[in-house]
Amino acid sequence: MNKAKKKWSFTSYCYLIPSMLVFIVFLFYPFAKTIYLSLFKTNKMGQAKIFYGIGNYKDLLSSPSFWNSMKVTLIFALIVVVGSMLLGLVTAVLCNKAFPGIRFFSTAYALPMAIASSSAAMIFEMMLHPAVGIVNKLLGLNINWLNDPNTALYCVAILTAWLNSGINFLYFSAGLGNIDDSIYERASVDGASGIQQFFNLTLPGLSPIMFYTLVVNIIQAFQSFGQIKILTEGGPNESTNVIVYSIYRDAFFNYKFGSASAQSVILFIIIMLITMVMFRIEKKGVKY
Amino acid sequence: MNQSGATVAPGRNFYKNQISKEELEALKLEMNKKALIKRRSQTIFRLAVNVLVAFVVLLPLLYAISIAFMPSGELFSLDLNLFPKNPTIQNFVSALKNVPLLQFILNSFLVAGLITLGQIITCSLSAFAFSFLEFKGKGILFMIVMATMMVPGEATIISNYLTVGNLGMLDTYSVLIIPYLTSAMGIFLFRQFYMTFPMSLYESAKLDGCSNLRFILKILIPLTKSAIGAMAVYTFINAWNMYMWPLLVTGSDKMRTVQIGISMLNSVDSQSITLMIAGVVIIIIPSISIFIVGQKQLIRGMFSGAVKG
Repeated sequence: MNKAKKKWSFTSYCYLIPSMLVFIVFLFYPFAKTIYLSLFKTNKMGQAKIFYGIGNYKDLLSSPSFWNSMKVTLIFALIVVVGSMLLGLVTAVLCNKAFPGIRFFSTAYALPMAIASSSAAMIFEMMLHPAVGIVNKLLGLNINWLNDPNTALYCVAILTAWLNSGINFLYFSAGLGNIDDSIYERASVDGASGIQQFFNLTLPGLSPIMFYTLVVNIIQAFQSFGQIKILTEGGPNESTNVIVYSIYRDAFFNYKFGSASAQSVILFIIIMLITMVMFRIEKKGVKY
Repeated sequence: MNQSGATVAPGRNFYKNQISKEELEALKLEMNKKALIKRRSQTIFRLAVNVLVAFVVLLPLLYAISIAFMPSGELFSLDLNLFPKNPTIQNFVSALKNVPLLQFILNSFLVAGLITLGQIITCSLSAFAFSFLEFKGKGILFMIVMATMMVPGEATIISNYLTVGNLGMLDTYSVLIIPYLTSAMGIFLFRQFYMTFPMSLYESAKLDGCSNLRFILKILIPLTKSAIGAMAVYTFINAWNMYMWPLLVTGSDKMRTVQIGISMLNSVDSQSITLMIAGVVIIIIPSISIFIVGQKQLIRGMFSGAVKG
């Protein structure tokens, strides 16, 4: 398209300076520093004091608390991703064809994306309140949902799934909009049932956006923090101590910045691996 | 329907009387009626399912609104009390009185607004360079920018906290704003839009003596209003809802954003549940309003760019 020769021109870089400055100061530098800190024992001020090599990582990998965090994070992410994607998909399919009031319903389904995790957490706290909460009243139960190690994780996971479902509705709606309507007409003429159409036409048609949505959802689920901080603070019995909360607690309560940094690096590696694997699968498996 | 009936009928009833025109009309009407009934019942079914699902999705919000208007005494009964019997705005009044909620709202508006404005500026400038200018290392720089999307905020937040702490920047507006003044996603989104414009647009503007900045201000920005709108809505909502960073770097009421400030209403004292929910409702209103107003913009901008690219 453009045949101009590449050359060093200072002005060209000027346009990149504002963004690059922010990236360098608040992303690349701290990221490098996090890796650096993860190799040290630190003092309470977060200064690297004693070189510890991969000691922080070794300590983590042999600590039951860390493995518990990993397990909790995986269960949490699984529930959140499956739940929020299912809810997003169902609501997007429901709004796929025009009907009276579709504007209202699409706004309703996308709305959770506008709600902050902390606000949502406080609403759920009230709904799950053991004495006056609507959940216990409706179910006629007397469960202290957030203080029971068996239920707390599911509660925060369901809350997060609800929060994340809004943007999934938008992704899936966009994906459904890209599927050519005429294939449905042909399928109906051929006598395919609605369910057959859904599994044979809709789902394959959604596969490109499905992969993108899956990656975004997994990353988002791994990073949930506000709702856990407000609702359970990692408890009871560490049953909701997801890795991000564990990082927060180690750094800002236990002042173990080295260990917290090592956990951050592990979180980064996990997210990077998931992203790479997903894109590898996408290239191989998805047909456009 | 009608046509196929007409062509089949003569074959089958070749020696019998052919269907008269009136009968055909009647048949057509009947079929149309049936189709209409079928369509109508499908619409009604779709509507009913939607009402049900939307009710479930909105339940937490609806219930929160209901509780916000409930006198705190009413909440404590064993009955299923979905709606306040004696609605009151006392909860809102006390919520505003108990914590400086207006100050928090002002802080959040300021922080989210400036982050949004800043991101639009920095992202337009970078996207312009990545789409229209030629310079060494362009490809690599763009890859690096994209790679930043993979670094989770938690991987940098500890070091960032230590850095701003050492700089003595804690508890200021700038520490809430500056780290978020650019976004890889914004650069990517704008670039997707800019790439749809032909290079000749830029070249002819240059020939007419239009400077780069003028080109961005007078041509690119007006042409990419939908992308900017989408980006603005998305960024503002995310900044308004930010939690971990403000939690770490703000300490005083003067600087707290709504999401942190609202947790101050969250006490174990269950008498104040209604008050806390009233506070939550107050701070949800701005983000929801902006979302509802900008939803169309958001969808159009986010996805038309992605599809075109």
